[in-house]
Amino acid sequence: MAEANDLVQAFDNKIHAEEKIEPKDWMPAGYRKNLIRQMSQHAHSEVIGMQPEGNWLTRAPTLERKSVLLAKIQDEAGHGLYLYSATETLGITREEIVQALHDGHAKYASIFNYPSLTWADIGTIGWIVDGAAIVNQVALQRTSYGPYARAMVRICKEESFHQRQGYESVAVLARGSAQQKAMAQDALNRWWWPALMMFGPHDADSAHSAQSMLWKIKRKSNDELRQSFVDQTVPQAEIIGLEIPDPDLKWNEQRQHYDFGEIDWDEFKQVINGNGLCNRERLAQHKQAHANGAWVRAAVAAYVKGKTGESGE
Amino acid sequence: MSELSPLFEVFLRGRRGLDHIHVGSLHAHDAGQALEYARDTYIRRSEGVSIWVVESKDIHASQESDVASFYDPMDDKAYRHATHYTLPDGVDNM
Ligand SMILES: [Fe+2]
Ligand SMILES: [Fe+2]
Repeated sequence: MAEANDLVQAFDNKIHAEEKIEPKDWMPAGYRKNLIRQMSQHAHSEVIGMQPEGNWLTRAPTLERKSVLLAKIQDEAGHGLYLYSATETLGITREEIVQALHDGHAKYASIFNYPSLTWADIGTIGWIVDGAAIVNQVALQRTSYGPYARAMVRICKEESFHQRQGYESVAVLARGSAQQKAMAQDALNRWWWPALMMFGPHDADSAHSAQSMLWKIKRKSNDELRQSFVDQTVPQAEIIGLEIPDPDLKWNEQRQHYDFGEIDWDEFKQVINGNGLCNRERLAQHKQAHANGAWVRAAVAAYVKGKTGESGE
Repeated sequence: MSELSPLFEVFLRGRRGLDHIHVGSLHAHDAGQALEYARDTYIRRSEGVSIWVVESKDIHASQESDVASFYDPMDDKAYRHATHYTLPDGVDNM
């Protein structure tokens, strides 16, 4: 018992001293579980997030836009891989992680359950959705679990390309024809609120937040992160002449922050619980892609087995 | 039976003359495939000029609980550090 207390003490000391927890270190079961939940959810978000963008790949308006989008989507696949392997350092297998997604036990960012209806959505996703993700990920570079923090540093380096290409693409539409500008505004109208929801429930209502903050898995609260996102995005919209679809949005001189309207939490819950516009489609497509790849995995395994079999005998 | 392939650790040399640094891990069936996957996953923007892949099971690591036997001797050998020696006034940058 004294020994167990020593372990807890050593763990707490590391957290307190801003030292990273590494895979082989002792850690409380709850810390491990909490991390597996958050990191696998993060990994799934990177992977599922490719679907709304992939939807426009073959219809990109120019070859350059197509190449850029392809590169961005490839990055997202890479982000998923960084995060899956970082999650595996906690003692769970890739198969179990993917199975949890397919069973519906593991979630992913609910924003990807919204459809990408027009080309303007693609720029808007880069600008707004990646923009919101960046705010969250920059804070997570200081998360207490070493492999997660290092994956975040790597991911953040690539994210600013994602946001800039999106913003530039929206800006081009916003200064184009009236029709193009209307398309950009419409995309912003549809993605703005779901983007605010990406930061999760209010701090007071967030199930995992308090403990995650104590363990320094999370470094900033949902509401803090959401506020930074609003503060940085409103001027970006103004500069390209688009309007944030929130009548309550206004600068608060006293707080030195923007005040903004209340999120439709009912919609948030509906989408999280599987009733968004695309939940079923996203999951079905992932399962299908995974199943379609089975013969490739089997063929590679057979090839390698044959090769090593030959040299071994 | 798991269809999952073995785990490899990936190390990158950023530029000629630098050390290889651990960047993460990935699953592959053999070293050749691991190198290709590492290229696609970790150097999409010329982050490296050389990749090492090592099967994770081949890495032997010290345990933090062994820290005493690994590092203890250093604590009483302050004379190994340059700062242990005071220099006369007028002599600096040695
Ligand atoms: Fe990403
Ligand atoms: Fe991204």
